[in-house]
Amino acid sequence: MGPVPMASADQLARIRPFDRLTPAHQSLIATTARDVNFPEGATIFSDGQPAVGCWLIRAGHVALGTEVPGRGQVVVQTLGPGEVLGWSWLVPPYHWHFTAVASTEVSAVEFDTARLRALADSDPALGYPLSLGFFEIVVARLQHTRSRLLDLYGSPRDR
Amino acid sequence: MTGNLPLLYKVASSHAETQDSFSLRLEPIGAALPAFEPGQFTMLYKIGVGEIAISVSGDPTTRDGSLTQTIRDVGAVSRALTATRAGDVIGVRGPYGHGWGLDQAAGHDLVIIAGGVGLAPLRPVVLGALARRHDFGRIVLIAGARTPGEFLFTEQLAAWADEPGLEVQLTVDQPATAWDGQVGFVTEPLSTLEIDVRRTIAFVCGPEPMMRFCANVLLAKGLPARSIKISLERNMQCGVGLCGHCQLGPLLICRDGPVIDYECAAQLLATREL
Repeated sequence: MGPVPMASADQLARIRPFDRLTPAHQSLIATTARDVNFPEGATIFSDGQPAVGCWLIRAGHVALGTEVPGRGQVVVQTLGPGEVLGWSWLVPPYHWHFTAVASTEVSAVEFDTARLRALADSDPALGYPLSLGFFEIVVARLQHTRSRLLDLYGSPRDR
Repeated sequence: MTGNLPLLYKVASSHAETQDSFSLRLEPIGAALPAFEPGQFTMLYKIGVGEIAISVSGDPTTRDGSLTQTIRDVGAVSRALTATRAGDVIGVRGPYGHGWGLDQAAGHDLVIIAGGVGLAPLRPVVLGALARRHDFGRIVLIAGARTPGEFLFTEQLAAWADEPGLEVQLTVDQPATAWDGQVGFVTEPLSTLEIDVRRTIAFVCGPEPMMRFCANVLLAKGLPARSIKISLERNMQCGVGLCGHCQLGPLLICRDGPVIDYECAAQLLATREL
């Protein structure tokens, strides 16, 4: 991983979940950010481990998966540029539910989630829009997942 | 269109695309149908079995009279057609309907979104646009399939991935062991795609819910509904707007479609039992 430079407030202003924050709060959030890189195959986090960190993917893809007996590591979703990886740090029990592996070389902005949570807890004017921004991401991802559950491409003969 | 009687075509080759989908290359035995526009369909007649509407999936720049059509085995006629082999003779009439309007899209960025066998009627768009690449801005293809083994035209997709001037994103609902590509519904790569809404035309084909979901993502980006084109599938029988079997509200899909602006389609797709 290569640290720094930090994400700028201007950059954050254009990115959900930070786009609802005031410029002052965006500047504050920017101080919790640093640039990181992961080589292909690197495990970014593992399921069951304490959820520390949140990443905005700038380039590359990350595979979210879990171990299934007899099938090995099964990928349930991939995330790519512009997407946010990791929200389990925001809600109890603060443990990862899936394992994230860089399926290609990945560059990302990593946020110090301990500081993010402390900032959100201490100032609802920051915490509420931040939570709302993450909530929008979660809802969008839920809708994508529901679309997949419809199994729309299956053969009519199978229904 | 050359009247409503089928012309005889010989099956030159049959290629299994997936477990249940086949591409037939058809050569005219005598007279050939007129050249088709991307998005148009023909009525394929398996003699003694029946006739169904199938969109043309081949290269629109081909001028030798041949046709390529990709058929999924979902019913009696499609099963009989997918079972045809080289040398068999079938009837073909058409081409019918309004296509994607590739000529009218010149000067624009193209975002092409295909789900499952919806890639078949969109392949002529990609081939046609690549044949006159300088006429268009960005060309983006997002294609989704249930599993990696259910993509149509896999060799062509692999070649397109290396094609300069064409951005390809493939994604699957359910990954297989050897798949190292994207996993997710087509709306996911579409959501993060940055587009210039002032100069983008989107062509979307797949199951109707998938097209609605994609249209919602595009509308949320600010793309006008009139810049979103979708291809509808209904029970086409005559192909020329006479029998009414393919009626959808005020439209006869064989005549007014199959490609329709989302500005017109949105309300129709939101009406139950229509």
